[in-house]
Amino acid sequence: MNYVNLVKIAKNALLRNKFRAFLTMLGIIIGVASVIAMLAIGQGSKKSIQDQMSSMGSNLVFIMPGSQQRGGVMMGNSSSQSLKLEDMEAIRQQCQNISAVSPEVRTSGQVVFGNENWPTSIYGANAEYLGIKKFAVESGRVFTEREITSLAKVCLVGQTIVEKIFPKGMDPIGQTIRFKNIPMKIIGVLSDKGENSFGQDQDDLMIAPYTTVQRRFLAIDYIQGIYASAASEEKTDAAIAELQQVMRKQHKIAKPEDDDFRVMSQSELVKTFTSISDILTTLLGAIAGISLLVGGIGIMNIMYVSVTERTREIGLRMSIGGKGRDILMQFLIESTLLSVVGGVIGILFGYLISAVVGSLMGWPVVIMTQSVVVSFFVCSAIGIFFGWYPAKKAAGLNPIDALRYE
Amino acid sequence: MKNTIIEVTNLKKDFQVGDMTVHALKGINLKIQQGEFVAIMGASGSGKSTMLNILGCLDKPSAGDYKLDGISVAELTRNELAELRNAKLGFVFQSYNLLSRTSALENVELPLFYNDKVKSKERRERAIAALESVGLADRMHHMPNQLSGGQQQRVAIARSLVNDPVVILADEATGNLDTRTSYEIMELFQRLNSDKGKTIVFVTHEADIARLTSRNIIFRDGWVIKEQMVAERLSAADQLKLLPVGDHEA
Repeated sequence: MNYVNLVKIAKNALLRNKFRAFLTMLGIIIGVASVIAMLAIGQGSKKSIQDQMSSMGSNLVFIMPGSQQRGGVMMGNSSSQSLKLEDMEAIRQQCQNISAVSPEVRTSGQVVFGNENWPTSIYGANAEYLGIKKFAVESGRVFTEREITSLAKVCLVGQTIVEKIFPKGMDPIGQTIRFKNIPMKIIGVLSDKGENSFGQDQDDLMIAPYTTVQRRFLAIDYIQGIYASAASEEKTDAAIAELQQVMRKQHKIAKPEDDDFRVMSQSELVKTFTSISDILTTLLGAIAGISLLVGGIGIMNIMYVSVTERTREIGLRMSIGGKGRDILMQFLIESTLLSVVGGVIGILFGYLISAVVGSLMGWPVVIMTQSVVVSFFVCSAIGIFFGWYPAKKAAGLNPIDALRYE
Repeated sequence: MKNTIIEVTNLKKDFQVGDMTVHALKGINLKIQQGEFVAIMGASGSGKSTMLNILGCLDKPSAGDYKLDGISVAELTRNELAELRNAKLGFVFQSYNLLSRTSALENVELPLFYNDKVKSKERRERAIAALESVGLADRMHHMPNQLSGGQQQRVAIARSLVNDPVVILADEATGNLDTRTSYEIMELFQRLNSDKGKTIVFVTHEADIARLTSRNIIFRDGWVIKEQMVAERLSAADQLKLLPVGDHEA
């Protein structure tokens, strides 16, 4: 039996019942389209996290206060006051793999200009902070060393603050705004950075000398974090090790378990978030995969009914010379055609849905060639797998009984 | 001397029904020569359907021998039987067994799909020729539900002719048709028999249909009880003229 003929026979058989063929394919179409769209959305979010993270500086390393023991009582991470300015100075002097380092102190409050106000956060840092966190100055200048030592009431503001409290067209530089009732002179405006992948506005902030924030706003002498740049991305791991060493020496800690600080890097954060995104993608993909499986069972169901319904046709085909193998192949090709054609339509729909979701919701989507190729082959496999049992049943019919079947 | 197309020797067929053995055929001997038009007659349960299934290579005998065009059928496998059916046999059924929503032409082409040697162009040409020979050249692209019963049976006959079989097996082929249409179909069979020399085996229980054939073989209880040449063979065309006018189907 030649396969061209078999494919023609199967194609004709399907075309005789177009609507039913379409409904059968629908399960596969939906399954494949959802697999592709879900994976595309999952991959897109992963990629956007990676992009955002690296835009924040891929060689960023930072130290957060860790849990601390005070007279045998464990203190939580946030209340910890273990980081000091001396730690930062020690890092600056002793770490060879660090190119820049800055303390960080922060607080939030209402910023007021004229009769406008806006809730925001103020970050206290040194001049290197901007380079470490990839902030750029659009206009104006960064504060000087003298302004740091003199607790100067100067600050840089992000674009959001400019938009919210200043009238359109007004140059904020040189203006004095009030934050927690303390007048602060604006000496610079940061350039636009947009939202990060968690929807956080990276332009909604003020940056001031850390001394100013420490003394004038918080009245503390410790710092809340240390931000540093590794000399290069490759040296990040070495920098982390060095930082841990220096910090343990500073804090007189013998065992790593007793650390009262945590050293983290941007690349580690990226790993954490991409692994979350991977789990999500897997979940979405699995759900979509189940719908594909249900689609496959739909094919099996229809093929099974079809064999019973077409018993006389099978009998006739056998009586005019169709062999068991021909009948088997005909039904297998029918189910495979259904699933493959459904798969191709599903792939097109998957692209369409991804594009629509991407532009409508503003979500990034990345369609992976693998997911397209894999779902196509899965479809074909489904067609063969779920078509096999009904086809086997058809091929095993006795022609005499099949011809007499009512 | 004409070839013997069908030669059945001491053929028996048993069926197992529960723990009982039913002897459907108890020792049949018959010979059918090329160009014969044979009617196999008998009441239901006489074994004539079992005989037809065996003659049609759809079933194998329990004992005895059956030679179709010189080939002994008993030793063949299921696949070889299928090939034999495709090459040597044409079937016409009581209920036509046409594929629905498939044009007359495609229905007629069907047996040739299972023959690798026939290419698609030749397949189409042969199907058209077969349809022309049954007088349906103008209905080629009609679907079965657009055709009358008689026309559907003509399509089925064209389908049985398309592979140029050595014998056409018809199973109550006029059973679903009214008298006039039955005679029209019989006229076609007679014409195929006399003009083209087709060998036809026609199973029926209607005596007046049997009188249109050349030889009658009568079955009862698994035996051939009577075998006779038709003495005054009637012509279906003449019988048609005797029917009252006005009931011709449209």
